[in-house]
Amino acid sequence: MGVEMLSYIDKKSPIHSLTGATKLLCFIMWSFAAMLTYDTRILLLLFMLSVTIFVVSKIKLRDVSFVLLFILIFLLINNIAIYLFSPQEGVKIYGSEHILFSFTERYNITLEQLFYQMNVTLKYFTVIPAALLFIVTTHPSEFAASLNKIGVSYRIAFSVSLALRYIPDIQRDYRNIALAQQARGLDMSKKEKLPTRIKNASSIILPLILSSLDRIEVISNVMELRGFGKNKKRTWYSERPFNRKDYIALFFVGVLLILSLFVTFQNGDRFYNPFS
Amino acid sequence: MKKPIIEFTDFTFKYRSQAKPTLNQINLTIYEGEKILIVGASGSGKSTIGHCINGLVPFSYRGDISGSLKINGKDTRNEGIFALSKMVGTVLQDPDGQFIGLSVGEDIAFTLENDCVSQPDMRARVDEVAKMVDMDNYLSHSLHQLSGGQKQRVSLGGVMVDDVDILLFDEPLANLDPATGKHAIELIDQIHQEWNKTIVIIEHRLEDVLHRHVDRIIVVRDGLIVGDSIPNELLASSILEDCSIREPLYIRALKFAGCKISPDTNPEHINKMKLDLYKDKLLHWYESTNERVQAPISAPVLQLENIDFGYQPNRPILHNISFSIEKGEMVSIVGKNGAGKSTLTKVICGFEQPTSGRILLEGRDLTNDTIKERSLTIGMVMQNPNHMISKHMIYDEVALGLVVRGLPDEEIKQRVEEALRICGLLPYRNWPISALSFGQKKRVTIASILVLKPQVLILDEPTAGQDFRHYTEIMEFLVKLNNLGMTIIMITHDMHLMLEYTPRAIVIADGKKIADALSADILTDYTIIEQANLKETSLFELAIRAGVKNPRDFVHRFISYEKGVGRKWE
Amino acid sequence: MQGSKLSTKTIVAIGIGTAVFVILGRFASIPSGIPNTNIETSYAFLALMSVLFGPLAGGLIGLIGHGLKDLIFYGSPWWSWVLVSGFVGLFIGLATRKINLLDGEFGGKQILTFNLSQAIVQAIGWFLIAPSLDILIYAEPANKVYVQGLVAGASNIVTVGVLGTILLVAYAKTRSKAGSLEKEETL
Ligand SMILES: Nc1ncnc2c1ncn2[C@@H]1O[C@H](COP(=O)(O)OP(=O)(O)OP(=O)(O)O)[C@@H](O)[C@H]1O
Ligand SMILES: Nc1ncnc2c1ncn2[C@@H]1O[C@H](COP(=O)(O)OP(=O)(O)OP(=O)(O)O)[C@@H](O)[C@H]1O
Ligand SMILES: [Mg+2]
Ligand SMILES: [Mg+2]
Repeated sequence: MGVEMLSYIDKKSPIHSLTGATKLLCFIMWSFAAMLTYDTRILLLLFMLSVTIFVVSKIKLRDVSFVLLFILIFLLINNIAIYLFSPQEGVKIYGSEHILFSFTERYNITLEQLFYQMNVTLKYFTVIPAALLFIVTTHPSEFAASLNKIGVSYRIAFSVSLALRYIPDIQRDYRNIALAQQARGLDMSKKEKLPTRIKNASSIILPLILSSLDRIEVISNVMELRGFGKNKKRTWYSERPFNRKDYIALFFVGVLLILSLFVTFQNGDRFYNPFS
Repeated sequence: MKKPIIEFTDFTFKYRSQAKPTLNQINLTIYEGEKILIVGASGSGKSTIGHCINGLVPFSYRGDISGSLKINGKDTRNEGIFALSKMVGTVLQDPDGQFIGLSVGEDIAFTLENDCVSQPDMRARVDEVAKMVDMDNYLSHSLHQLSGGQKQRVSLGGVMVDDVDILLFDEPLANLDPATGKHAIELIDQIHQEWNKTIVIIEHRLEDVLHRHVDRIIVVRDGLIVGDSIPNELLASSILEDCSIREPLYIRALKFAGCKISPDTNPEHINKMKLDLYKDKLLHWYESTNERVQAPISAPVLQLENIDFGYQPNRPILHNISFSIEKGEMVSIVGKNGAGKSTLTKVICGFEQPTSGRILLEGRDLTNDTIKERSLTIGMVMQNPNHMISKHMIYDEVALGLVVRGLPDEEIKQRVEEALRICGLLPYRNWPISALSFGQKKRVTIASILVLKPQVLILDEPTAGQDFRHYTEIMEFLVKLNNLGMTIIMITHDMHLMLEYTPRAIVIADGKKIADALSADILTDYTIIEQANLKETSLFELAIRAGVKNPRDFVHRFISYEKGVGRKWE
Repeated sequence: MQGSKLSTKTIVAIGIGTAVFVILGRFASIPSGIPNTNIETSYAFLALMSVLFGPLAGGLIGLIGHGLKDLIFYGSPWWSWVLVSGFVGLFIGLATRKINLLDGEFGGKQILTFNLSQAIVQAIGWFLIAPSLDILIYAEPANKVYVQGLVAGASNIVTVGVLGTILLVAYAKTRSKAGSLEKEETL
């Protein structure tokens, strides 16, 4: 299963050197800022910044190209859908109508609509770099420690690191079960007809789930044998201490969040309206 | 008198789902600082005894207990599993789920993390332990990239970090290459010496464990304890044979020669054993037996040409591997942990695509064949049974391949039952696989491939964790198939298996083929033994010490003789 | 270990469950043609876990699982739906508190309870909450998001109804009854 997924990319950069906790908090605040506002100016500002940060992180575009491609397709479809479902949404929002091309009454293309859809897209784009960076610059080992540090109970935090730890294993199990099945005659390759292939593929899901349930047994046994959960708290092998960089980053993003909230709500409207 | 640390008294345990108790009226006392070895047939209840000691029974595996088990004088039923985990450190048998950390370092540190050890101390301790188990270069590796043996070392490290009184090892050698196994035993012994911990080892490879002194050997049979004595006495007795446990080879040879082993000749260690009494009988036996002749071999069936492969582009695993397997041959592939043996089999079966080179089956290039198409001629039993098992019931699992091929139910039933019988699983055919011991699981996977009767059969460590009886039954069946023309390739760490059943062996070290010759010759070439972490059998040493002119010949005769006898349970 | 604190078993269930949810969500989901909307086998699994390990586990598996999946495969989470996945897991767990799978009890009555509750919970989640959040957070056109919600909800209710029930029954079967295993020496 050669499906690519985002995972930690080891580089030396200011972003990498931040602790996971910082990156997590920043990511959350950033998402909030971008989620709440529809003010084009803020969105643009955030977008610029996130691009800059992306450059700073030394992550190459091609490292994440497959995701970007997916996102572009998704946004395209989404935009078309918005237009088809509600071609005058922009007019509704901005309360004015500048028609560019007119076909039928309903599907007139208006400046407002374009502007609105640009905002929708822009909004999505402001989050992407932050999200990508968060995943590819945070070492999974450090992740649980970070969650724990920002107040999540270490048990929950640990379950997250278990998840990260076992996603590759489960994926391999999925693959192994598939291979073992094929090695005994259930073909899942192109040579089999599609319906059969789907049927055979579905014969993986059940074993996968059952074996995962068995696995839960074994793992929780091992963890208890090795003393998991006996104390109120626990230490982390791969935790990293906060330093000045982290506080600066947090402060910086915090200010951005407040700024966007302020600008957004001071004029009582989430939308920046260039038409009035 | 030393103070008892583990006390079973009339202890009986029945798993919730079982109709009969798995452990019956066990009486066993282990004293502080003792080093105990528990042996017994696969499925006899060894791991279950282990579960009782570390508290998985009754705290995780539900069931009925009668009698009492005291650890440090406290009844386990009144202790929590944590209280026990402070006293008992366990290395479980099942290689999966053994590991919790994302990286080797984290996993070793896990116990310390739970004890809130401060990070600097933790790192220091982990480094120290990692060195002990010789994984210090892998601390940042993620666990699924390790080979079977590398994993075993990590799990060793995982328990060594914690300062517990009792260390429990459930088949610590199962996946280790001979040299590493030797190292592991020395490691365990060193820990026993330095921190005088109480050590309980469950292991099939008796001879390898005896590489270092153990105080007592406990023999388990169908949930009963049938032997409890010091090694010298046990080896002199016939208990091992009766329980179908493989005796050390030199002992077996002496018994063949008709010698009556007496405890005071120190049979525990071949190199310290007093042989004067036995020499003449042995030499006489040597003269009187003769060697079996090898069947001639025909045309090549499987050919590898300059195979290169790596899981990640930047980390090559296999370098330019080429060899040819003749039709009807039985070949071993041996070598270090992590050498690339399992990887090689995956490439042959099409699970992985080689980066260069090609594979020919009867002269036909396999490159474009799907796994399914290959599977019609090549059958493979993976090293880790959990990677193959996909059904819930044993019968269905074994039948799967035949069902898919759409055979008539009658034939399926008959073939499945045959395979189950060979693998000693017939009595369990209607059980869920989750209720099986590890060795039994492994046999299920072997059966599920045997039913398919492939032309070429690849087995990845078929005998790991098997007792002598099942070992022999499986191997003898393979020999039968082999005589019917099936080509068999075996990956193994068992040097005697290699000598006994496969005339030819291919040696792989660090992804390269370093030898391809007669098994016997390989085991006398010390440079190869060095390079590939192999080990010559104790038969050589016996022969040499007994003054046999041609030790290699001695081994051959032993093997052919053993084939003649030793099948008494058939 | 039980009681107020989460048992280790539950922790592991959440961890492994999340991983499986992610893998199923990525490799075992069929596009339904409407953007951002797939036929998700993973929700059948989510339902199973909620029934087995309770509301908290279910909720977290849904929440973390969906969030992680979006992050590592699609680059950025679609928050409104992530939240709903959590909601679904949580409330299926709550509604089926009475069902005790571990003893292999899963007959007609349980099947009914299970399907009723999953249908109601998912209806609320996908038909109401998800679209509302979409409008609130992303200011997407109402009619669009409601259609998306309807389609997703409908397909998920059906998926869980069929596949989920199958899973639960299959699992119940695997719980071999006490004292049922006996060696059969002969044929
Ligand atoms: N979880 C379980 N539930 C029910 N029965 C079990 C369970 N685990 C083991 N058994 C049964 O108990 C018996 C002994 O199992 P155990 O694992 O102790 O054997 P073992 O001596 O360790 O064998 P091996 O050498 O193959 O590991 C087996 O027949 C097995 O069927
Ligand atoms: N799925 C995998 N992904 C990445 N690397 C792997 C994977 N499986 C194995 N490796 C690496 O490939 C090398 C060879 O592994 P392999 O399992 O083939 O060794 P082996 O000869 O079978 O060892 P053993 O005797 O211990 O089973 C090891 O160094 C291991 O780290
Ligand atoms: Mg065992
Ligand atoms: Mg291997």
